[in-house]
Amino acid sequence: MIEETLIPKLGVVTDIRIDTPDVKTFRVVGLDGEKPFIHVPGQCAMLSIPGVGEAMFSITSSPTNEEFMEFSIKKCGCLTEWLHKMDVGQEICIRGPYGNAFPVESDFKGRDLLFIAGGIGLAPLRSVINYCRDKRENYGHIDIVYGSRSKDDLVDYREIIDEWCADKDINVYLTIDREQEGWDGHVGFVPNYVKELDFKPTSTAVVCGPPIMIKFTLAGLIELGFDKSQVFTTMEMRMKCGVGKCGRCNIGNKYVCKDGPVFRCDQLDELPNEY
Amino acid sequence: MQKVMIERAAELLSSGKVNRVLGWRAGLFAHDNTPSVFTDAADLQANFVYNEFCGANLSKYLVKESDKEGTVAVFLKPCDTYSFNQLIAEHKIKRDNVYAIGVQCNGMKDVNDREKLEERCASCKSRKHVAYDELIGESGEILDSNRFDMVEKLENMTSEERFEFWRGELSRCVRCNACRNVCPACTCEKCIFDNPDSGSANKAPADPFEENLFHIIRAFHVAGRCTDCGECSRVCPENIPLHLLNRKFIKDINELYGEYQAGETVNERGPLVNYTQGDAEPSVVYERGNS
Amino acid sequence: MYKLNLSEINAFFAKIAQNEKLYIPADNGKGGARYTEWAEGVELSNACNTERSAKDFFFPQTENLVDFKVNGKKIEVIDSREECEDFVVFGVRACDVKSFEILDSVYLTDPIDSYYKNRREHGTVISLACSAPEETCFCRTFGIDATKPAGDARAYIAGDSLYIEALTEKGSALLSSLGIAETDDTAAVYAQIAETEKKLAELPLAALEAKDFTKKQLDAFNAPVWAGLSQTCLGCGSCTFVCPTCQCYDIKDFDTGHGIKRFRCWDSCMYSDFTMMAHGTPRNTQLEKFRQRFMHKLVYYPMNNDGVYGCVGCGRCLKKCPISMNIVKVMKSLGEVTE
Repeated sequence: MIEETLIPKLGVVTDIRIDTPDVKTFRVVGLDGEKPFIHVPGQCAMLSIPGVGEAMFSITSSPTNEEFMEFSIKKCGCLTEWLHKMDVGQEICIRGPYGNAFPVESDFKGRDLLFIAGGIGLAPLRSVINYCRDKRENYGHIDIVYGSRSKDDLVDYREIIDEWCADKDINVYLTIDREQEGWDGHVGFVPNYVKELDFKPTSTAVVCGPPIMIKFTLAGLIELGFDKSQVFTTMEMRMKCGVGKCGRCNIGNKYVCKDGPVFRCDQLDELPNEY
Repeated sequence: MQKVMIERAAELLSSGKVNRVLGWRAGLFAHDNTPSVFTDAADLQANFVYNEFCGANLSKYLVKESDKEGTVAVFLKPCDTYSFNQLIAEHKIKRDNVYAIGVQCNGMKDVNDREKLEERCASCKSRKHVAYDELIGESGEILDSNRFDMVEKLENMTSEERFEFWRGELSRCVRCNACRNVCPACTCEKCIFDNPDSGSANKAPADPFEENLFHIIRAFHVAGRCTDCGECSRVCPENIPLHLLNRKFIKDINELYGEYQAGETVNERGPLVNYTQGDAEPSVVYERGNS
Repeated sequence: MYKLNLSEINAFFAKIAQNEKLYIPADNGKGGARYTEWAEGVELSNACNTERSAKDFFFPQTENLVDFKVNGKKIEVIDSREECEDFVVFGVRACDVKSFEILDSVYLTDPIDSYYKNRREHGTVISLACSAPEETCFCRTFGIDATKPAGDARAYIAGDSLYIEALTEKGSALLSSLGIAETDDTAAVYAQIAETEKKLAELPLAALEAKDFTKKQLDAFNAPVWAGLSQTCLGCGSCTFVCPTCQCYDIKDFDTGHGIKRFRCWDSCMYSDFTMMAHGTPRNTQLEKFRQRFMHKLVYYPMNNDGVYGCVGCGRCLKKCPISMNIVKVMKSLGEVTE
């Protein structure tokens, strides 16, 4: 019988990193020790534990990482709570890759890039940011604005400080919502910070975070002179199949699992406002 | 009737006594009327309908409607008034926000066989309106109904025959939840069958006995509160006679606790939520089971 | 065309049933018809159509996807798929045959759904032309000809005879194996087609027009009529479950006590948990759920499928909705406001 996408493969969790009080990053390889499958930045995978549930997660690691796949997962429901309790060595069902991708080989190429993330919204961006870092010659200047509720809620903090900030031609701007002891960086919401930083509207922007943050950041970018066609974002919807058949993740005639999750903001305007 | 109802509804709207009227909207044919909320006289004139295909019991909509701003007028057939009372007794309807107009009913026709009365109307339990603020047409009497005939037949079957009967009927269930969603006694804000944490939230039978359990649990949950309005059987797309489950409970309650009709009054405590010294002992289950 | 006398129809069924399972519409004892496995004594129903659609044959309400055994941190994935047995469905009406095309467009496009494909490949569809369409029928609105249903073979009942012609290789292989006489005299068939066409033109919904909303997605979505149309919707799934083209499904795990069965089952966009995520749902009220169902059939599906509508006009939702709300009422209201 032909291969069936709904039947998952097995992977094993080889490392669990605690990022924040409610976010952990899981490293997954196939049972043969290889990466479960090839993906492009922005794509997702269905992870499941039989009897607990199945859900779609962004692949946080870059495709340029040839050893393993990573998922930064926030504890917020039945399956994610289970994942947060599991130990290294746990086998896990995985299928994918699903969805489109950031246009790293087309629209992004040769352009200055501005990545803006809030909270767990960094998860899908980490893949594309590290991809661009690894293929540095293909892209122009890179700016990263990342904000969270508090210092403790910044996902991938060590990697940001040790690697991203160390890159000479990348500017990283961190911010947290409220003053906090031990934090001498910027304080304030991401959308305001983006406006303060007064980015030139020549770059291509990628925004990911809670819906409200996306909304105000987009408005801020437009004030700075960006056109919606320069701004990309990723969408999130309930999914079951991952391949545009089970019928629930649509925004208008587009299925987020198949036609998304990456959308250009001017394309979103053509779709019903139901997300 | 329809003309008088439209005039009265328009009057209530224009006088400001109510700001909405809950009634039935005419459809494509004479027999596909839809429950609807009217807010202006022109719409009433053009689209309000009351004919023998207004089976939908409007009282359940009052759970939401009576929670809104202003007073809503509602047309209630005699059997609908029982559900209305029962919902008031359960504090699900805000009585002060409702202006109830009882309307005469001579029985509703079966949409599938339009010459015939619906089963629940052919065995009508009452033509009497047990609650209303005003009445259009006549209110009748509580009737001597033959509604327990089929239940008796089922009781007289052997347990194997009865099991076969219910397996046959319930195996057609598609778990569309129409029976539950239309039921005036099913007003839980979160039904256990919709709760993913309950372990029983399947939308379809994962094993062949599951749909039976759904209906059995539902029947138990509405027991003592079900007024026998018959909406569950009316809406079932598979024509499962679900009302028989409820009628069995009603018949048992009548036999074990004395005659009781849910929704007949607002103040009475139902036998299943009241204790009296004469109540049947739990052992009655064994006694009856052996008979 | 093959021809046999109606008095021999049971022998004809018996011949098919010798080799593979045969399903035909039979009276359900409740005034309707339902697909029933043919056996001696099961008679073909005269009903216009079955109460449940024919989608069950290819997309059953529940279907096992994969099994798991869990042992500590170890998981075993058990692919329990099996080739389905060959079967024949006789008596499928034009609307329902068209619904298979719509299901195909979802399940047979990449990545192909192997469960659906398996059933589809092993099933042979013998359609039956309509001769007595009902007042709830409106297949013509979507360009479907009830007198010329598609399928692997199509049958006509005219006078005291059953006429049948093959339309695909599969159909021709089946029919030629049955040893039925062929005839050139098909005048009765054409007479019946002409008569049925007259009946179709006189149906109450004959004039119903499907408007093209594919370039007006937002107008249709934002139309004010949705509030009124969805006002008393109960949020049950009867319309979706009787609908031959509703193909949404849910995937669930079931603990059998010996392992985990992952199965899928029909889902309904009318249900509250359809799009529910840990942090909420983008379709909060019944208006949004109701709108999704009709936007999908009348706007989204046509946008993605060269203007083909996701409705075949079988009329089941007209008969089964507890509040008598249905796609015809929606099309009429929506057509008026987006003119």
